[in-house]
Amino acid sequence: MIKALFLAGASIAVGTIAQAGDVMRMAVTTSFHNSGLAEVLLPAIQEDLDLEVQLLVVGTGQAIKLGEAGDVDAILVHSKGAEMKFLEGGYGTHRREIMYNDFVVIGPKADPAGIADDGSAAEALQDIAAAEAAFVSRGDDSGTHKKELSLWSSAGLDVATFGGWYNAVGAGMGAALNTASGMNGYILSDRASWLNFGNKGDLALLYAGDPVLFNQYAYLPVNPEKHPHVKHDLAISLEEWLTSDRAKELIDGYTINGETLFVFNAQQ
Amino acid sequence: MGDLWSGLTQAFWLVVTLDSELVEIALRSLQVTLGALVVASAIAMPMAAFLAVKRFRFRRPVIALLNALMGLPPVVVGLVVYVVLSRSGPLGALGLLFTPTAMVIAQVIIIVPLIASIAHQSIRDLWQEYHDLLISMNVSQRQKMQTLIWDARRALLTAALAGFGRAIGEVGAIMIVGGNIDHATRVLTTAIALETGKGDFALALALGFVLIGLAITVNLGIHWLGRTEREGRW
Repeated sequence: MIKALFLAGASIAVGTIAQAGDVMRMAVTTSFHNSGLAEVLLPAIQEDLDLEVQLLVVGTGQAIKLGEAGDVDAILVHSKGAEMKFLEGGYGTHRREIMYNDFVVIGPKADPAGIADDGSAAEALQDIAAAEAAFVSRGDDSGTHKKELSLWSSAGLDVATFGGWYNAVGAGMGAALNTASGMNGYILSDRASWLNFGNKGDLALLYAGDPVLFNQYAYLPVNPEKHPHVKHDLAISLEEWLTSDRAKELIDGYTINGETLFVFNAQQ
Repeated sequence: MGDLWSGLTQAFWLVVTLDSELVEIALRSLQVTLGALVVASAIAMPMAAFLAVKRFRFRRPVIALLNALMGLPPVVVGLVVYVVLSRSGPLGALGLLFTPTAMVIAQVIIIVPLIASIAHQSIRDLWQEYHDLLISMNVSQRQKMQTLIWDARRALLTAALAGFGRAIGEVGAIMIVGGNIDHATRVLTTAIALETGKGDFALALALGFVLIGLAITVNLGIHWLGRTEREGRW
């Protein structure tokens, strides 16, 4: 009997999944994945290139680490400073801008800090700080987190001096939105994650539209000179696809509740 | 409350319609967990018998260490396995990171101390009972271990089920070493974490109920196969 169990277990363990076509790994940011665009692009990539792209959904900080360690073949992230450092270190071959979306400030419908009619993102953040209204920060070194920190400093405020109303949760976009929803606080989110988020509670989109909230996604293949095992040719054919007219059509045509999320702006 | 209810109904429909994605990740959960269980049992049970039978200098410290390792934090295990298997780590050339094999490795490390500790406890009790008999028959060390393992098989089944329970519900380590890749390393627990992150509590709960159901089914199945509550002692 025990032997039978043993064999059954072993046969399940050994049974591997047959894979057709090529497989490559790409690290993407949570905000990209939460937008749902991947579910449109990946099947099309599979169809056109016979290429299975396995996504590792992490923050920009970790995505860049994965690229540096050679654990993925390419990264798709949105934090230009970190991307430039990645290139300077010789970890990537080049950087190709693909598309952009924008960040929005989410907060309680009642808007205790009164940011809804503010003229700029910096002013909105100053109002939140002045009102000491609960604010949730990603705090995970992601692209969104870095954006938030740069916005605070451009508003002339120092995050290190903030009191208990500033909550750095150290979590992904969805988890941070859950926290904001739970404590009814303000949060900076990318538009896509917000529209796709299912637990909105009493939160609403309060501020958007300042050009500094522009969020550029770029594609960086990992350098095969650093990591000879990376599938550089697959990464290049994926890049060609991502900058093609077919991708342009899919990216520009992707909407949630009738709202366009991404704008394709790759140089073709 | 509304989420709880819609989670239950959603779980019901997912199971009844045999949702292909659900079946895929549930099977992968089973594959990884049972794979880890088989490997871990093959290591832990002989180890437990050896510790019961053999007297050596560091026997007590080893047993104490084994007991302490039951509380090994999975997320640390995951991190260590990750660093070792990463392309820039010592075993990077194997290319195992973000594969089901990496998940099995992490789970084996987590459950070996648990299975070995529980197994050792029951084998030691049995050894006290068998000690004089086996000594008088002048059997080899190896035969002693075989006899003890075979005669303690029911208690060892419990040890294995405890290991199964810990492994199937584990999320911290396998999230790190598996990466939660759709159609490659996504299992029930990591899918639950993902859906929670999206704020889709109903689907997350539905997957949770499926996971609980799966664990109960496997346990009942093994008990039924092993006729635990029948025929007295075997």
